[in-house]
Amino acid sequence: MMRGRPGALLATALAGILAVGLLSFVLEPYGVYLLSLWAVYTVAAIGLNLTLGYAGQISLAQATFVGVGAYATALLMPHGWPFGATLALAGGLCFGLGLLFGFPALRVQGHYLAFVTLALTTLAFLVMRNEAWLTGGVQGIAHIARPVPFTSGRAFLMLCLLVLTLVTVATWWLLRSPWGRAFIALRENPIRAASLGVDVRGYTLLSFAIGAALGGVCGSLYAPLVQYVEPSPFALALSLSLLLMVVVGGSGSFLGPYVGALVAVLLPEWLRFMQDYYLVVYAMVVMLLLAVCPDGLVGLAGRMLDRQRRGHPAEPADGGKA
Amino acid sequence: MTPAGPTPGTPVLEARDLHRSFGGVRAVNGISFSVAPGEILGVIGPNGSGKSTLFNCLLGQLPPSAGQVLLDGEDVTGMTPAALNRRGVSRTFQLLQVFPQLSVRENLILAGQEHVGSRLGRLFGRPDAGLTAAAERMLHLFRLEALADLLAGGLSYGQQKLLDAAMAFMAGPRLVLLDEPAGGVNLTLLGAFRERLRAMNQEAGSTFVVIEHNMDFVMSLCTRVICIAEGQIIADGSPQAVRENPQVIEAYLGH
Amino acid sequence: MFWLLAQLLVAGLAIGAIYALIAIGFSLLWQGAQTVNFAQGDFVSLPAFAILGFTALGLPLWLAIPAALAVAVLVLGLLFKRVLVQPMLHHGVLQLAIATMALSIFLENVLKDTGGAEAYPFPGLTGGFNLGALFLDWQSLTVLAVTVVTVSALNAFLSRTRTGRAMQATAQNPSVARLLGIDVERMIMLTFVINAVLVTLAAVLISPVYLVKFDNGGQIGLTAFSAAIVGGFNQVRGAVVGGLLLGVVETFAATYGPDQYRTAVPMVLLILFVLFRPHGLLGRREERRV
Repeated sequence: MMRGRPGALLATALAGILAVGLLSFVLEPYGVYLLSLWAVYTVAAIGLNLTLGYAGQISLAQATFVGVGAYATALLMPHGWPFGATLALAGGLCFGLGLLFGFPALRVQGHYLAFVTLALTTLAFLVMRNEAWLTGGVQGIAHIARPVPFTSGRAFLMLCLLVLTLVTVATWWLLRSPWGRAFIALRENPIRAASLGVDVRGYTLLSFAIGAALGGVCGSLYAPLVQYVEPSPFALALSLSLLLMVVVGGSGSFLGPYVGALVAVLLPEWLRFMQDYYLVVYAMVVMLLLAVCPDGLVGLAGRMLDRQRRGHPAEPADGGKA
Repeated sequence: MTPAGPTPGTPVLEARDLHRSFGGVRAVNGISFSVAPGEILGVIGPNGSGKSTLFNCLLGQLPPSAGQVLLDGEDVTGMTPAALNRRGVSRTFQLLQVFPQLSVRENLILAGQEHVGSRLGRLFGRPDAGLTAAAERMLHLFRLEALADLLAGGLSYGQQKLLDAAMAFMAGPRLVLLDEPAGGVNLTLLGAFRERLRAMNQEAGSTFVVIEHNMDFVMSLCTRVICIAEGQIIADGSPQAVRENPQVIEAYLGH
Repeated sequence: MFWLLAQLLVAGLAIGAIYALIAIGFSLLWQGAQTVNFAQGDFVSLPAFAILGFTALGLPLWLAIPAALAVAVLVLGLLFKRVLVQPMLHHGVLQLAIATMALSIFLENVLKDTGGAEAYPFPGLTGGFNLGALFLDWQSLTVLAVTVVTVSALNAFLSRTRTGRAMQATAQNPSVARLLGIDVERMIMLTFVINAVLVTLAAVLISPVYLVKFDNGGQIGLTAFSAAIVGGFNQVRGAVVGGLLLGVVETFAATYGPDQYRTAVPMVLLILFVLFRPHGLLGRREERRV
């Protein structure tokens, strides 16, 4: 179900997380903040990769789930809710919301589904912006405290990495289980899947809901990381950016979201000398990558490794999925 | 999972006066037949005679306009393909339908997993849903052992056809509906393929319904044949009898 | 009351007519070239910026518009097709759609980095005349007139001319069209060129109202998608009806509903239509491609 040996994939992901943790000890606070941002976005991208990459349901609603998670956390923590409880609640809330947002997928697929989820994201953004009694409107909610004892930048990074580790192991387990196989079956051939007893409707909704729950978990880390929430980070742009993370890393590849989020977080820093132009360059890189290597950076790396190992040109990508 | 205890003598599958029209065209126009346990029923008929529509009605892919489908004496009309499958009905498709991005073994496990335990149980249970041994057996039966770890998309057409059929047997079905199993399979493979199907019929006690164009294949595999023309059954009997039925000959020559 | 309603109707039709032009282009690309263009709204911003750029260089408006049209045909027509669509299409329709999302980010940031983040005013027509208690402004009337002429011309081209019919045949079935000896590649290219012309017209008409800002494209694009789907994207008529309907509904909602939810109207319509009538008001069901 996972390309490559499942054990090796999990080990690679965990080693990467560990490396990031160690790296933080030699970095300035800003570097530590960037790594935290990477961990947080990776969680949401893993969720979207499940929905889009594995189950084949294109969703532009991931930003909404991140927003809901962030607002839930920002609103509940001051009322004395422990962080673990807000995290679980954000995940659960978004799981439910994901079931709801997944319903259109039972009727339409492909870009029709993209349109509906895009419209839902736009509506959710309007609600976040306009319902000031709940969300603080454009003023947002400031001074969100980080949970003790993870108040320092580095300590909070550790918390993010801990959550990312748990998410990584859980996702790995899920993808290796019959559920993961059913998700792929859904993506590749829903009619054949149904003829084999796969409950297509049920799994479609689950793929949305689980992806959404991870979006919520991302949000509930994002709020105390940035310590301030307002609507604009959860607009459509975030959905697009998460989608591009998944695609750049490699849609439907286990390691894709980690790589895609890394590129999205680090590229602006590397291209800092270009100032505002970095988004132009990023978008160009993404288009180029989509054209020459539709299975993303992980697919590209896999092919290069293959070639090296065999000493001759590899077969076309193992993941040449359109 | 098959429903417990059909009374002896009850047909595995029974169609009662099935109708299905598209616009004004009556693709299936009052078809009734039953299939006894262990039978291999061939369904033949010229192109456009309504065979595929009949199959789709039997399998829950299309709701019939009128009539009933009974499985082990129980009305299953209008049930979804997935629900029917979980009751022991499996099928192959006319066009190849394997999952190209899953390995051969994974394809087989997928074909069986939804029949094992509860959904939540499968999430927390073994990754292979305890089906590795069953998959190995099927790999062996269909001579696919050497290909087990390859992606199904990389197999040859004939190999995919074998896999497709093997998947239909993974869950130990009571009833298998095969849609043109011989189509596109080369002659050398065909004999072996027929032997596999016959062995599955005898070993597993499955009942088959086979749509097929290849007459030799039908005549040598099936125990009984029905011929459909213009949405109705025009002949029903032993392969020999149907082949010699003048109406059948007329239906084929007439087109 | 009647006059107020009539006034709103005129305003709604005027804005809706522009949505219609953008939606027609969107539909043509979708139908004729399997290109679901998520950057369509930004395609309107580019010529608007180009016109402002050319006038800033000293060109009079009547020269700046054709110059911008040339830029649009070159960049949004030829370049877009050659550089992005052509290489992407064999990876799949959805991959191409995702690439146009990246293109949208690209265009918005190019415009922001070269043109700035301000909202620029754009020359339009002022004044008008009274018809009873109804005030008809020249801008709205011009918009409606230009749209009527454009849509009629496009319809005549598609149904009366040999090339137009060849384009329709290509949209319906490229392989059959190829067998009939139609130069399919040229027809597809023509589709992109027509879209470039339509978005340039839309830019000239909409910019006096919405001003010119690098990120206007998002909202305009969303409304145009909605119009195309609501109307039934497989027909020019559908996009026209959808665009007008959305313009009117949006204008009424802005007057009688909560202003901060004005932009929600096209979104809600989009969701309802995709879920319950995906072939739109005028579309034919069987042409829906999923």
